[in-house]
Amino acid sequence: MSERQLKFVEALKEAQDICMAADPAVYIMGLGAPDAASIFGSTKGLAEKYPDRVIDMPVSEAGMTGVALGTALSGMRPVMTHIRLEFAMLAMDQIVNHAAKWHYMFGGQASAPMVIRCVVGRGWGQGPQHSQSLQAWFAHVPGLKVIMPATPYDAKGLLISAIEDDGPVVCLEHRWLYSIHGNVPEGHYRLPMGPATRLREGSDVTIAATSYMTLEAVKAAERLAAEGISAEILDVHTLNPFDASPILESVKKTGRLIAADTGCRNVGFAGEIVARVVEGGLKDLKEAPVRITLPDLPTPTTRALSNYYYPQPDDIVVAARQLMGRPAGERQKIAPEDFLDVPDSSFTGPF
Amino acid sequence: MTAEALKTGATMAEGGQIPPEAARRMLDGILRVRLIEQRIAEVYAKEQLMRCPTHFSIGQEAVAVGVCSQMAKDEKITSAHRSHAHYLAKGGDLKAMVAELYGKATGCANGKGGSMHLIDNNVGFIGAVPIVGATIPIGVGCAYASVLKKDPKLAVIFFGDGAAETGVFHESLAFAVLHKLPVVMVCENNLYSVLSSLDVRQPPGRKLLDLAAAHGALALGGDGNDADEVYRLTAQAFAHARGGDGPVFLEFATYRWLEHCGPLNDEHLGYRPEGELDRWKERDPLKLYADRMVARGLADEAWIDSRTAAIHDEVEAALTFGRESPFPVRSELDTYLYAS
Repeated sequence: MSERQLKFVEALKEAQDICMAADPAVYIMGLGAPDAASIFGSTKGLAEKYPDRVIDMPVSEAGMTGVALGTALSGMRPVMTHIRLEFAMLAMDQIVNHAAKWHYMFGGQASAPMVIRCVVGRGWGQGPQHSQSLQAWFAHVPGLKVIMPATPYDAKGLLISAIEDDGPVVCLEHRWLYSIHGNVPEGHYRLPMGPATRLREGSDVTIAATSYMTLEAVKAAERLAAEGISAEILDVHTLNPFDASPILESVKKTGRLIAADTGCRNVGFAGEIVARVVEGGLKDLKEAPVRITLPDLPTPTTRALSNYYYPQPDDIVVAARQLMGRPAGERQKIAPEDFLDVPDSSFTGPF
Repeated sequence: MTAEALKTGATMAEGGQIPPEAARRMLDGILRVRLIEQRIAEVYAKEQLMRCPTHFSIGQEAVAVGVCSQMAKDEKITSAHRSHAHYLAKGGDLKAMVAELYGKATGCANGKGGSMHLIDNNVGFIGAVPIVGATIPIGVGCAYASVLKKDPKLAVIFFGDGAAETGVFHESLAFAVLHKLPVVMVCENNLYSVLSSLDVRQPPGRKLLDLAAAHGALALGGDGNDADEVYRLTAQAFAHARGGDGPVFLEFATYRWLEHCGPLNDEHLGYRPEGELDRWKERDPLKLYADRMVARGLADEAWIDSRTAAIHDEVEAALTFGRESPFPVRSELDTYLYAS
């Protein structure tokens, strides 16, 4: 396998580039998709390379999603982009009532190959309407496939699978993943929209995580290793269809489960992970599973509050200690003025 | 058109006569939709076996027939909850439609759709859905795809006056104008959205035609119960859209005879002003056109009788097909969830 390193955002762009080169039916439509900012760089250069196929649009998310669906039903493969997930909320009728159901409700006689890319914001005061992680909404709808890549390798392989899929796929991209580097092979490859991927092998506790929480789980696992706790990490990159079998296999070994999700708690995806494990592997569980999620609150804008809103790797570490019957230990001290509102120093606001 | 203008009765448009063959095809089409819908309504009420919400087109047939009779098979249409007339006028398979109402595996959507989800790809009927307004952008997308593929093809979108109140109507029309798409939007203004009349939904004096024109579309309106007028305006609209001059908004005044959803008369509900239904029935699109055709010497009682008998046989055969077709088997519950 190639050792080439790419950023997450470059992997997304490369996936689209490869699909557009291979199939003239693929086109990108989104507010600002061809502009200088190019969806945080994820469509950069594509408008120059494919002048007729990177299309800006009116601020009419509902209508334009319907238009995209109409083109999908007519042989095109649209990739819609939203620089914030919230903007896709305006199009829920088209996504949920129509795109998701078209193939089923018309007895398989038509299909809607379309991808809806949504960026989940975080930090620099994104606040209540620029940072929601509503994967549970989408994953609840039969007929919609839902992916949340957490690594550059997955971003490229999953997005290619999504664009080449004959049905609608919602791709949720966490903004804090855009700058991370990882191994990305050149050329075309697919990562199937399927079972969770094991990112780290361990024997004491299973951490099943989505999106950015997978990275937090990796940080937590390193700290836990230093304490002699061996954590296994499973990255849930496909939420619908959700194949929990690798998580069940892991829990068979560890007997302990932490479900870490970027969404809120109530009726959230962490709850779905726990439910699958309880249903399918209750006898393997040594302790009650633990959920690490956002609280059931809107996102506050000031970092003085958002510092306490987002779960930290420390929360995973403490949960793992307790599952192992150890003392919780000292908690990471967070001050209101701490700059926890950027993932690393490469991020400068506003973003 | 405002409710006031509609109530006073629209006048015949001036213009040349429709060619005899086209006129005869229209009369046949209107008669066929009427007889099919009447018979299905009768069976629907009596048998209680077509167990899906069904919105009958009776009273509004001339619009569907006048528009669709000028379309090529590969030119596509979308429709909404009241779609039977559009489906039939576009040439949709009658047996498959009836079987769909019965929930059978032989239905046009394999029983998974019902009356509100008709489809017949073979004749360019790409789908009807009952979320008001939703198929407007989808139809525009259909036309947009043809432009992206550099093979522009007309797409026609049928909807009612209520859909003109949705956001996606305006978004879609504006986009169609922006990209000069070959789209014709056909608004059947029947004065009511379910039981809510126009005057509780739209400000007095504000015309849908003016709204459409303000978006930059060619906007034409007329009497939807006069098949010749529908034909003439549609011909003008199609010439414009097919010619690359951009989208057209067509508004036709017409009237629904039966209840919003279901096979019965609903005058007892009291939402229609007294006498309104009778006044519209006096302007029955079928009778108006049959009389005119007889007067023009293009049809006579014998021809109408023979067509009536043939359509009767056709609909009975479709009903038998629907009744005798198998239901989908249990294993089909989870088929077609994903296309791949």
